[in-house]
Amino acid sequence: MITVNRYRTCTAILALMLSLLLSGCATTMVNSEPEVPAMHTIAEFKDQRFADVSDPWEGFNHSMYRFNYYFDKYLFLPVVSGYEFVAPTFVQDRVSGFYNNIGEVRNLTNSMFQLKGKESLTTLARFVTNSTVGLAGMFDPATTFGLERHQQDFGKTMGYWGADSGPYLVLPIFGPSSLRDTGGLVVDTGITYGIYSAIDPFGSTDNAFLYGAGVSSLGAIDSRHQKSFRYFESGYPFEYYMVRFIYHEQREIESQKPLPAGLPEPAQ
Amino acid sequence: MKYLRLMIIACLVLLPVHGMAADDGYGYPIPGSYEATIMGTPAALMPKLPAHIRTRHLVLNVFPEREKPPIFFYDEGLQCTFAYQKHKAPLVFLIGGAGASDQADKLMTMMKTFYQAGFHVITLPSPTHANFIISASQSRVPGDLTEDAADLYRAMETAWNQVKDDIEVSEFLLGGYSLGAVQSAFIAKLDEERKVFNFRKVLMINPPVDLYSSATSIEELLKQIPGGAKKQGIFFNRMLSKFGQFYRYGNFVAINEDFLYSIYTEKLFTKPETAGLIGLTYRIGLAGMIFTSDVMTNSGYVVPKNRVLSHTDSLFDYFLVSTHLSFYDYINEYFYPHFLKLRPGLTKKELIDSESIRSIEGYLKSSAKFGVMTNENDFLLTKAELDYLRQLFGERVKIYPRGGHLGNLEYKDNLAYMVEFFKK
Repeated sequence: MITVNRYRTCTAILALMLSLLLSGCATTMVNSEPEVPAMHTIAEFKDQRFADVSDPWEGFNHSMYRFNYYFDKYLFLPVVSGYEFVAPTFVQDRVSGFYNNIGEVRNLTNSMFQLKGKESLTTLARFVTNSTVGLAGMFDPATTFGLERHQQDFGKTMGYWGADSGPYLVLPIFGPSSLRDTGGLVVDTGITYGIYSAIDPFGSTDNAFLYGAGVSSLGAIDSRHQKSFRYFESGYPFEYYMVRFIYHEQREIESQKPLPAGLPEPAQ
Repeated sequence: MKYLRLMIIACLVLLPVHGMAADDGYGYPIPGSYEATIMGTPAALMPKLPAHIRTRHLVLNVFPEREKPPIFFYDEGLQCTFAYQKHKAPLVFLIGGAGASDQADKLMTMMKTFYQAGFHVITLPSPTHANFIISASQSRVPGDLTEDAADLYRAMETAWNQVKDDIEVSEFLLGGYSLGAVQSAFIAKLDEERKVFNFRKVLMINPPVDLYSSATSIEELLKQIPGGAKKQGIFFNRMLSKFGQFYRYGNFVAINEDFLYSIYTEKLFTKPETAGLIGLTYRIGLAGMIFTSDVMTNSGYVVPKNRVLSHTDSLFDYFLVSTHLSFYDYINEYFYPHFLKLRPGLTKKELIDSESIRSIEGYLKSSAKFGVMTNENDFLLTKAELDYLRQLFGERVKIYPRGGHLGNLEYKDNLAYMVEFFKK
């Protein structure tokens, strides 16, 4: 029964995606008037391109960007608003804390993959402190003790070891990413799922799958609740490029990829 | 957009904030004009405002007949934000500066402040914002004060019709900052004839005197880039790599407030670089306005005439081309020709002169409903223009010793003054 429901949900989402992709083609109006070249064109451009990111799949990415906008609008955000309406802010914050604490596992494994000893210890100490004193992460005493959160994931690990980000990629629902970071997401999800299966927290109950599904659905809602980003909200016609640039640059800078050889060390 | 803004905030050359201000009884701490403009008000010096207030999002269908190009499929109408009381109260309309949406940070701070003081509030996007051009501009060509004021007035009427059954209003008030301040003056003048709102008070915050001369001040900032604005791409990429390297060599946890704070204490960017970055921010905003207007009017300015863009088409070349156009290019090649077609014989000087509060100075001088707040070191005002404001508004102008352009808008004393002004 559950499998059937899951299958139906997947089919529905796929159908929605397909129809949106196709309707994009269908709504393109045909203008019968011949085109006249613009007064200013890229041909007169004598400067470096800026805020540029490798994006060979731009057409696809634009469609995904639009799909996410509709997905948010008709499904995701209404659910999130319902959650925000029902749950008091205090509860919402505890829920966020709980999931962020689970996220420390991903931070820890990746700090270790990057052989960052001090950072791994900090993250481990955070996880232990918040899981116990912080009541399963619902509170965050670790930050008060000066243990800062180090956000890590496998995409950053690959970047740290020198892997190029690859082309920009807008994923359905997850949003802005890159080829490398998409791979990283798969690995991180695999690791989390592996740990989850090993511990099997609901194994002794009758409805293990239902509990598991509940926990991951609430996780998805919480993760959207924590993000203030809204597709097309800025109204700026070049929003796609700003988002693309900022995503890319932030990942580049924060993965702390080794600098290209030959650059002088700045004086301290 | 958040990180872009943070990055630009980071581009600072200022010294640590404390202990620098002259002892003149005014507590806003940042002395420099550019620095104040970029930094704004430190969080600790803002008043305590509620995190959530009773608001509703309005999406107004100002021109029901209008067909929108497929590239703007996400634009469903004019976006306004409405905060309402459960009791009878005055209603304040607020308009932001160039490029501001209805949810611009400064507008949201003002909205919360007025809401907390017991007012209903409606914020509107600036007529230079893409959403306004697409959904609420009659001509779809932004920048003319008289036409923009008429568009805003129509939008305000539409908004009012949408909410008037839900709230009780005792009187109407109007406020705006920067470009929105000048527009407010023109709206108030129109309201004297139309009499829909009969604004009791109108507040202008950091108004420029002439639009053309303030645009010139901004273009001057870009001249500080090596090779000028035509080489802003090279400049941008160099600043970016400076920013990235600084992060890599420092031991930072993330691009956060600590990182940004150290950027200005370590003086990562020089003064001309800071100026160039402010200028570039304006350019990026202007590019959105030019592109949107061009698509809406099918003028063939940056997009080929008659081309119908779909949502999968790349706009990146248009972005690069539009960001390399100056205010002068816009006025000379697009704005002025548009008006010349409508009013044959119109000279450019006549048009530029009409884009100024000087063109309605008789009205502004005689009406007691106006109040002006500005700063001694607002870089959009020349010394002569500041004197002009003093002489025109006399007792009705409040001039703070510092704050740059809008830097002190969110400072607690300034916000308290605004509330006071509307309550009197």
